[in-house]
Amino acid sequence: MTGFPILSIMLLVPALAAVACLFLPAQTARWTALAATLVDLALGVVLWTSFDVGGAQWQFQEYSPVFGSFAWALGIDGYALLLIALSVFLMPICIGASWVAIEKRVSEYMAAFLFTEVLMIGTFAAQDIFLFYIFFEAGLIPMFLIIGIWGGANRIYASYKFFLYTLLGSLLMFIAMLYMSITAGTTSIPALMAYDFPADVQTWLWLAFFASFAVKMPMWPVHTWLPDAHVQAPTAGSVILAGVLLKLGGYGFLRFSLPMFPEASSSLFWLVFGLSAVAVIYTSLVALVQSDMKKLIAYSSVAHMAIVTIGLFAFNAQGIEGAMMVMLGHGLVSGALFLCVGVIYDRLHTREISRYGGLAINMPRYALLFLLFTMASIGLPGTSNFVGELLALMGTYQVSTTIALLCTTGIILGAAYMLYLYRRVVFGEIKSEEVRAMSDLSGRELWLLAPIAAVVLWMGVYPESFLAPMRKDTQILLARLDRAKPAGDSLPTKGKGIVPAAHAETTAHGSAH
Amino acid sequence: MNYAAQLAMILPEVVLGLGALALMLVAAWGGPGSTRAVSWAAVAVLAGATIALAGPASSGGAAFEGLYRADAFAGFTKVLIYVAAAISVLLAPDFFRRTAGDDLRPEYPVLILLSAMGMGIMVSAADLLTLYVGLELQSLAAYVLASFMRQDARSAEAGLKYFVLGALASGILLYGISLVYGFTGSTLFDEIAGAYAAAPLSGNAKSMGLIFGLVFVFAGIAFKISAVPFHMWTPDVYEGAPTPVTAFFASAPKVAAMGLAVRVAIEAMGPAEDQWRQIVIFAALASILLGAVAAIGQQNVKRLLAYSSINNVGFALIGLAAGTPEGVAAVLSYMAIYIAMTLGSFLVVLQMRDASGQPVETLASLAGLSRTRPGLAAALAIFMFSLAGIPPLFGFYAKFAVFYAAVQAGLFPLAVVGIAMSVIGAYYYLRVVKTMYFDEPVGEFGPGDRLEGGLIAVAAVAVSPLGYLAIPLLTAWTMGAARALF
Repeated sequence: MTGFPILSIMLLVPALAAVACLFLPAQTARWTALAATLVDLALGVVLWTSFDVGGAQWQFQEYSPVFGSFAWALGIDGYALLLIALSVFLMPICIGASWVAIEKRVSEYMAAFLFTEVLMIGTFAAQDIFLFYIFFEAGLIPMFLIIGIWGGANRIYASYKFFLYTLLGSLLMFIAMLYMSITAGTTSIPALMAYDFPADVQTWLWLAFFASFAVKMPMWPVHTWLPDAHVQAPTAGSVILAGVLLKLGGYGFLRFSLPMFPEASSSLFWLVFGLSAVAVIYTSLVALVQSDMKKLIAYSSVAHMAIVTIGLFAFNAQGIEGAMMVMLGHGLVSGALFLCVGVIYDRLHTREISRYGGLAINMPRYALLFLLFTMASIGLPGTSNFVGELLALMGTYQVSTTIALLCTTGIILGAAYMLYLYRRVVFGEIKSEEVRAMSDLSGRELWLLAPIAAVVLWMGVYPESFLAPMRKDTQILLARLDRAKPAGDSLPTKGKGIVPAAHAETTAHGSAH
Repeated sequence: MNYAAQLAMILPEVVLGLGALALMLVAAWGGPGSTRAVSWAAVAVLAGATIALAGPASSGGAAFEGLYRADAFAGFTKVLIYVAAAISVLLAPDFFRRTAGDDLRPEYPVLILLSAMGMGIMVSAADLLTLYVGLELQSLAAYVLASFMRQDARSAEAGLKYFVLGALASGILLYGISLVYGFTGSTLFDEIAGAYAAAPLSGNAKSMGLIFGLVFVFAGIAFKISAVPFHMWTPDVYEGAPTPVTAFFASAPKVAAMGLAVRVAIEAMGPAEDQWRQIVIFAALASILLGAVAAIGQQNVKRLLAYSSINNVGFALIGLAAGTPEGVAAVLSYMAIYIAMTLGSFLVVLQMRDASGQPVETLASLAGLSRTRPGLAAALAIFMFSLAGIPPLFGFYAKFAVFYAAVQAGLFPLAVVGIAMSVIGAYYYLRVVKTMYFDEPVGEFGPGDRLEGGLIAVAAVAVSPLGYLAIPLLTAWTMGAARALF
C-alpha cells in the first residue's frame, strides 16, 4: 500500500512534540503532550478504520533503505494494529494521569513519555529486524529516566534493575538477529517469517529470543524486575509499563519465535508451559500476601502474562487469539487498576492497603469503577479478560489437560487476591480521619477511567471487533506452524467416546466466538 | 617513479612538517603572546593537510619503493586523526587560561602537529621501520604533551609514566621487529607477508621465530592502543594529563594505533591470521571485561573515561578479529563514531569547573547537572548511552558493525561473550547518567565557553539518531578504505 505514510506520521508527531516539550515551560509542555497524544489517537482511529480486515497480510507498508545495512521498513498486520491502537489509546490517559501528580521537571517528563510512545509504536510497526531491535531496546532509556527521576523512594535500585535485566536479555537476541540476517540474506521481518532455518539452529535462535522476551514478558523466574519497577514508577509509568511494555514480550513471541522457529517452538513448548504454570500459581500466591497495592497488581500482571504465554504456545487458533485478547484486556485493566491506585495515592500518599478502608462510603463513584476493573481483572463474563482467558485456556486444554488445569487455578486465586484487595480498600468502616477526608473522583479522573471502562465492556460484550482484524493473521500463522504442531493429550482415546470424523480447526474456531 | 609524484603522495605529511617547523619559528620569536595565533594557524595547517588528502595522497599506492603507502585506508584514518587533532588544539587555550598554574605556550599546537604527522606516517607505513619512525615521532610529542603543565605534579607524573612505559613498549616492538626481520629477511610488509605465507607455521625453529616476532609486534601495538594486558598506563596518564591533552590521547593516537594494528595484521601478517587472531580475541575480551569492571569503582571522571576507552578498544578489536574486509570497515566505523563520542565526553569534562574556574574531576560533582545545566547534562547522557551502545544512539551502530562482522566470520562465542560483557559496561555509564539526573544538585559549574558549547552540540547531534542517516556514506567510505588492504 502506498500513499499517505500514516505510520511515519504517527511516529513523527510525538517525536517532534517531545523535542518541543524539552524547551517549553511546564504548563505548555502538558498541553503540547496532550495534543500530540490526541493527534496520535486520532491517527490511530484512522489507521484502524482504513485497515482492510481480511485483506493483505501487511498493510500501510513503507520502505526506504536509508540506513544502508538495514531499512526504514514499516507495516502492520492485525496483531500490530491492535497493539498500536492500545498504545495510542493509553497514552493520552497517561498524560492526563500525570497532570497534577507530576510537579517537578514537567517538561522533561512529558518529553520522556512522548519518546516512549514513539518507540512503542515503532516497535509494533517495524518490518525490519534491526529497526525493530532499535525501537525495542531504545524504550529502556526513557523508562529508565521515568522510574529514576519521578519514581518512589527506592527508585534508583529499581531503575538499574529494570535497565540491566532487560538489556542482558536483549543482547543475546541481538546476536541471534545478526546470525539470521546474515544466513537468510535479508533483514525484512516478513521475509524472515517465511524462511526455514535448520531445526538444530532454530533451537539456539529460539533460546536467544526467549531470553529477551521472557524477561520482557516477564516470565517466572526472571520477573523480579517487574514488581520493583512498578512499585517505584510514577502512576503513569506503571500504566505504560503494564499496558504496553509488557506486551512487547508477547508480541515478540508472536512475531518472531513462533513463525520463524516453528520446530524449536514445538520442541520447547514444554519449557514455556512449565514456567507459565509455575508463574500462575506462584505469583498469584505471592500477590495474596502483598501489603502494597501496586506490588499486588504487579504480581497479578505476571500471572496474567503467564496465561498469554501458554495461549501462544498452544499452537491453535483459540490459544493464540485468546492470548492476544488477554494482552489487550490486561493492558486496559491493569492500566486502569494502576490509575485507581494512583487516584488514592495522590490523596493519601501511601500504597499500604491497611491504611485504607471504607472508601465506598465517601468515594462511591471511585468504588464503582474500581469494582468494575477488579471484576475485569478476575475475568468476569462481560468484561474483556473473560474472553481472552477463556479462549487461551480452551486452546491450552487441547494440548495439555494438566497445564490447563493448573493455570485455571490461577483464575480462582486471581479472584481471591483481587476481591481480598477490594474488600480491604473499599469495604468496611472508615478507620481514620484522613481517609474520611478523601474526596471522590474529580472530573479529570473520571475522564481518565471512563473511556477504559467503556472499552473493557465493549471487549467483553462484543469481542468480534477485536478478533476480526487478527483472524486472518492467526490463520497464516497456524498454516506456518502446522508442520510442527505438538500432539495434544486431550484427544479422544479409542473405545471411549466418539472420535469426530472431521473435527476441523474451522468448526472449533467458529464455535469459540 | 619520479619524486614529484611521490611527494604528491606524502603531501599531507609535507604540509604538516613544514607547517610545524614554520610555526615553531614563530613560537620561538613570538613567545607566549603568539599562542592564540599559532593555535589557529595550526588548525589551518591541519585543514590544509586534510585537503591535501584529496589527491594522490589517498589513492596513489606505494611510494618510496614500498616504504610508504598512500591508499584509501590511510586517507580515511588520516581524516579522523586530523579532525581530532584540530579539536584538541582548539580546546586548549580556554582551558589553560582558566586553570591556575602554567599558561598555554605556543609549543602546544606545534607538538600536536608533529604528533599528527607521526600518526599519518603510522597509518601509511608499509614497512616496519617507517612504522617505527612514525610511532616514535607521535610518541615523543605525546610524552611532552602529557607533562605540559610543568608545575602540576600529576601532569609531570603522567608524562614520566607515559615515557617510561612507552619506551618499554617501543623496546618490545623493536625486539619483535628485529625477530620478524631476522626470520623473514625483510622489513617490507609485502615481503613479510610472503614469508609468513611460505613458511609452515608450526613444527620447526623458523616458524617459532616467526611466531615470536608476531607476538612481540602485537604486544608493542597493544600498548599503543591500550588493550589489556598492556593498558596500565592509560588511567594514570589520562587522569594526570591536562584535559585537552587527554581528549587528544583518547582520540587521534587511538585511531592511528588502531589503523596501524589493522594494517600490520592484514597486510604484513595476513597469512598468519590464525596466529594473531588468538591474540586479538584475548585482548578484545580482556579489554572489554577489565575496562568495564575496573570503571565501576572510579570516582574521577577522567579515569572513568580512560577505562571506557579501554573498553571501547576491546569492541573495536572484535572487528579486527573477524579479519575480513567487513571487519576492517567495522573497525574504521567504530573508531569514527568513537571519536565523536569520546571527544564529546571530554568536552563536557572541560566544562566541569567550579565557580573560580578551576577544573573539577569527581563524578560526584556532576550530581544534579540536569537541573543546573540541562543542555550539558543531556549531551553527556547522550554520549554515555551511546558509549554503552544503547540504541537509538549512534554508538549502537558502531557495535552493530563489529558484531555483524564477527558473526559473519563465524566467531559466535566471541560475539556472545563480548556482547554479554557489554552489560557490565552499561552499568557504569548508567551511573554517570544517574548522578546527573537522579541526584540532588551539589552546586553549579562556572559558565561555559561558546566554541566548546558549539562543538558539544555538533558531537551530540552526530551521535544522536540523526547519525543513522550517515550510515550509507560511512559504509561506502569505510568499505572503500578496507578493500585497499586486501
